[in-house]
Amino acid sequence: MQSAFEDVMTKLNAKELWDFPGGIKPEQHKQLSNQTPIDKLPLPERLYVPLKQHIGLEGHVCVEPGQHVLKGQPLTKSMNPFAVPVHAPTSGTIINIAPHVAAHPSGLPELSIEIASDQQDQWIPLQPMPDYQQRGKMAILGAICDAGISGMGGAGFPTHIKSSPKKTVEFLIINGIECEPYISADDRLMREHAWQIRQGIDVLCHLLEPQAVLIGIEDNKPEAIEAMNVACRENPRYQICSIPTKYPAGGEKQLIQVLTNREVPSSGLPIDVGIIMHNVGTCFAIADAIFSGKPLIERVVTVTGQAVHKRGNYWALIGTPVAHLLAHSDYKAIKQKHPVTIMGGPMMGFTLRNNDVPVVKTTNCILVPADRELGGSITGDKEQPCIRCGACADACPASLLPQQLLWHAKAKELDKAQDYHLFDCIECGACAYVCPSEIPLVHYYRIAKADVRIEQQEKQKSDKARERFERRAKRLLDEQQAREEKHRLAAEARKQAMAQQGNDAKDKIAAALARAKAKKAQLADNTEQNTTANQAKSAAVTQANTPEQQPSDTPSTLQGSADDRLATGASANDRVQAAIARAKAKKASAALANDKLNAEATLPASGTNAPSSQNIETPLPTESASARKPSAVQAASAEKSKEKPKNRVDASKNTNRVENEGIADEALPKASVSNPLDEKQQKIASAVAKAKAKRLNNASKAESSQTKAAKPDTDENKAESVRAAEQIDSSEDDTQSDALNAKKQQIAAAVAKAKAKKAAQAAEKGE
Amino acid sequence: MNLLLASSPHQHNKRTTGQIMRLVLYALIPGIAMQTWFFGIGTLIQIALAVSTALVTEACILELRKRDFERSLQDYSAVLTAVLLAISLPPFAPWWLVVIGSFFAIAVVKQLYGGLGFNVFNPAMAAYVLLLVSFPLQMTQWLPAQSLAQYSHNWLDAFYTIFTGYSQDGFSLSQLRLGIDGTTMATPLDTVKTSLAQSLTYHESLQLPIFDSTVSGLNVAWSWIAFAYLLGGLLLIRQKVINWHIPLSMLVSLFAITLFMALVDGDRFGSVLFHFFNGSIIIGAFFIATDPVSASTTNKGRLVFGAAIGLWVYIIRTWGGYPDAVAFAVVIMNMAVPLIDYYTQPRVYGHRERSNKKEAKE
Amino acid sequence: MSISIALLAMAALALIFGAILGYAAIRFKVESDLLVEQIDAILPQTQCGQCGYPGCKPYAQAIAEGDAINKCPPGGDATIKKLADLMGVEATSLDSAHGQEDVKKVAVIREDECIGCTKCIQACPVDAIVGAAKQMHTVIADECTGCDLCVEPCPVDCIDMLPRPNSSAAWRWQLTPIDIKQVS
Repeated sequence: MQSAFEDVMTKLNAKELWDFPGGIKPEQHKQLSNQTPIDKLPLPERLYVPLKQHIGLEGHVCVEPGQHVLKGQPLTKSMNPFAVPVHAPTSGTIINIAPHVAAHPSGLPELSIEIASDQQDQWIPLQPMPDYQQRGKMAILGAICDAGISGMGGAGFPTHIKSSPKKTVEFLIINGIECEPYISADDRLMREHAWQIRQGIDVLCHLLEPQAVLIGIEDNKPEAIEAMNVACRENPRYQICSIPTKYPAGGEKQLIQVLTNREVPSSGLPIDVGIIMHNVGTCFAIADAIFSGKPLIERVVTVTGQAVHKRGNYWALIGTPVAHLLAHSDYKAIKQKHPVTIMGGPMMGFTLRNNDVPVVKTTNCILVPADRELGGSITGDKEQPCIRCGACADACPASLLPQQLLWHAKAKELDKAQDYHLFDCIECGACAYVCPSEIPLVHYYRIAKADVRIEQQEKQKSDKARERFERRAKRLLDEQQAREEKHRLAAEARKQAMAQQGNDAKDKIAAALARAKAKKAQLADNTEQNTTANQAKSAAVTQANTPEQQPSDTPSTLQGSADDRLATGASANDRVQAAIARAKAKKASAALANDKLNAEATLPASGTNAPSSQNIETPLPTESASARKPSAVQAASAEKSKEKPKNRVDASKNTNRVENEGIADEALPKASVSNPLDEKQQKIASAVAKAKAKRLNNASKAESSQTKAAKPDTDENKAESVRAAEQIDSSEDDTQSDALNAKKQQIAAAVAKAKAKKAAQAAEKGE
Repeated sequence: MNLLLASSPHQHNKRTTGQIMRLVLYALIPGIAMQTWFFGIGTLIQIALAVSTALVTEACILELRKRDFERSLQDYSAVLTAVLLAISLPPFAPWWLVVIGSFFAIAVVKQLYGGLGFNVFNPAMAAYVLLLVSFPLQMTQWLPAQSLAQYSHNWLDAFYTIFTGYSQDGFSLSQLRLGIDGTTMATPLDTVKTSLAQSLTYHESLQLPIFDSTVSGLNVAWSWIAFAYLLGGLLLIRQKVINWHIPLSMLVSLFAITLFMALVDGDRFGSVLFHFFNGSIIIGAFFIATDPVSASTTNKGRLVFGAAIGLWVYIIRTWGGYPDAVAFAVVIMNMAVPLIDYYTQPRVYGHRERSNKKEAKE
Repeated sequence: MSISIALLAMAALALIFGAILGYAAIRFKVESDLLVEQIDAILPQTQCGQCGYPGCKPYAQAIAEGDAINKCPPGGDATIKKLADLMGVEATSLDSAHGQEDVKKVAVIREDECIGCTKCIQACPVDAIVGAAKQMHTVIADECTGCDLCVEPCPVDCIDMLPRPNSSAAWRWQLTPIDIKQVS
């Protein structure tokens, strides 16, 4: 299918070329600007360097406002291969890093670095690499990348990526076609700097090792062809091909077709057919970067159109506002009825929203037409119905059917438009140029393309949203089921207990009494069994809840409401009170912590709360009936509190609760958004606490072997402290919004623990 | 300062729809001149009637559709339709015929389908078919060329006949149609068809006085008119107003089939020259089948479209009930255009096969 | 006699066709769930509940069971058109009772006003709000579907629904300047 290398070379040697279908021959208007040499511009006062001037990603800004930079100093850097740095175009001070109107048809602001020139134009030390042939390819590629070189023909693809292909390169094509009317930047560059362009080609040859190098120049630039011929004379491998003038012969795909009769596959790259193409401007910039170490900070820009008087080509620093260029070429906007500034050529360029737009690496032309110079669509809406004349199809270089595309694009039938290969349109504008009904075809295609892209993005987004929604729904369902299961178990346990004890348990007073008793018993028993200790906590929870008028509520809600009060009230009084309470709690928390940690120590560390509460429950029936009720409550509360941290992604901050409930492991994955530092601290804290608990556990075990009865007064003290602890503990959880608080609390807890230990010892002694 | 915004391309070639339509009209001038020369001023009166009816109709309907008719009228598409219809009608046909025809062409065939660019059928030909089917008598009352006619007529006669049915001297249209031999003259195609139906051979029918040219099978007037239209058509191709595909493929297919049939049986089937230069083949090939709106839009499709028209013309002329068939053939093929377009899409750059589109449809 | 033959023949034919139809019904059975999935794939997945169902999937289920297709304001006319294509019904205009099609929005929490009540977290159908009790909450903008559901529960009204910012990547080539409408 694709023509072999030898065939191509035979034909090229015979000075024969292929052709591409369609194409148009608009008036060239190149004489307007290509008569004078490339001129220098005075330094502009202000430069706006957009961070992103190419296809790919923008780098990270490595300068800051107020900093003084030297000419050529990198302003951004990135490790990403698709990011190309930008450089300070002149020496001066960075005024601002803010969005500035971009060199994009939308004119939407993009992040740019504003530099005030100090008029010194002082270079940073340059590091040329004249001995590049002795260097490794990676070093050269690195230099090209660091010089910020991206394709200067139009799309702005990072050059270093293009220059490190994975496949073998048969042809290196240098694009000097410049097929758009009016533009003569590459023409002048080739005429004046053919030698340096050739040096750039040498570097590319060293990198790519192509079998042949073809330099395509349109035959309306005989001087450029001659200059390049002279420059490439000593290297017979470089073949200069004069291409018949036809728009868009300079399109990458079209030039490949003309020179080699190969077709780049749809949505493929030229390298897929063994071809790499570079613009002459890019070659020049490569030579600049390798042989003098200069980054890409200026380029040739054609300023033309009948509305400007000093038409010609200029060396414009990247970031120069278009207004500066126009001011130096005698442009008077006032004289125009409809002032228009086009960046790029008349076929593919875009109009600017205002003249503050900066020159970027891909800007090859600023076209300011007089009112009636271009005619056609620019002066207003003249669109008439399509008469299906087919002129567009005849002009299309990609052999598309523009009117079918238009039909579907207008009707928003995006699928059908894609069936007609919408994305193979290169937006050259030939169809709209020839359209007798003056339909802005390309505009419709662009809208359709944007719609398709946005639709795809939205599809992706909605898929993700669906997944998240379903996950959430499933999770809620699972939790509900688990809760019901627990309620059922608890109810069963209660029933069993009631069956054992008889009907009198119905009596609420009796129950309350029993509960109070149970509490005492539990506290007494806390030295006896870990599970009992845990129940004590739950009992405390129940108690703590009652004053809040939320008997069925859980510690987490409690703490929420308490916090609400704290936050909304925010009175100093409250805070003082809270502080006092906290201080008290800290003391008390020791006991609680012991209890809880004891419970935790016996439970499997990795187990979730569900098994833990069940573990607690199962031994219950063997114990006194009064102890069972709170346990049921506790089960419920435990469950609730288990559910809560799941909803709160930064549950990790609720260190104590999460830890105490023994579900830290479950909550931790959710906490990925929170500060990892916090997490680490918590882990350490929990580890320390566990160790302590173990020790305490041992102690209490020893204790339990001694006696089962405990002094009532000690127990009551403990119960009270536990209650307070629970209350304060929970409110405390939330107030520690940062690691500092957490640390404080840890210290407090440690102190409290120490105290608790002492108390335990005292109790032991008492016995 | 806000600048004017526009989408590229900003440059535009200066040829608009109106200019294209005007160019086609200019290219018709030689043919119309010849027709007037041979058949009298009637043709011009018909053109004037048709154009004014068409413009009024178009303006009214656009007004009803709340469109800007002033701009639409400037595209000259209605004028072109009217002119094409008018030159296809007999020059002395009654005035209401052309009025009905051009009203139907603009109001029904063009505007009811959505206006310029949306009509499925060629408006002029669809109107012609309607008139031919509805008023067969009036539609076939072609006069003999002036040189062959028994009664001569001047421009006033044309007026009188078109608007009243009788000439200044009180001759009816049928009387005006009498040839020098005293028999009613018809078009050459009609003559041959009638003769063949009367079991004359093709060669015998060529002996009739209507074939007055030195070249066998040709009528002087019709041949000159055909040549004039050929000239205009070639001009259009040269100006790139129309592509060569449709005229060429239509003429080639007709050439092939006439040659083949004439060789098979020269007594029953007319010669190539007879078919090409009698009737409306040339004007059909260059001006009617190439109507961009209703013709195929891909180059391959155009070839198919043209060839099929040539085939249909021959089939209907030879075996059908009507002597000429360009209008029928064009209207029939108009219906097939979407199908042709669908199956003749060009291979897009970078795609190996056209078939992946069909696969996507599955 | 002839009548009985005719009857027999008819019965035989009926049997044969019945068998064919029965076989075809089994052989070419269309999974009913498939339709719900297809509808769900078209819906925009904002999970906003403006249709009156608790999420997109339930509405998809309802459409499959014959509910109207024009109850989805976030999807707008494009979604209605696609649903009409899928369901083989006429595309109608959006039912204004369920709201108007609007620009794409994203929820933004005014973070200094947030009291950390977690109510919006519980309301978010796609878990796109992070935060904990007493902690400031924030919206993961990329995950937000703009469903509006978090605005109502907020006790301090610190959630704004802002139009998604324009970026040149999501620009639809609107060259005419955007009309500024006066909103009373």
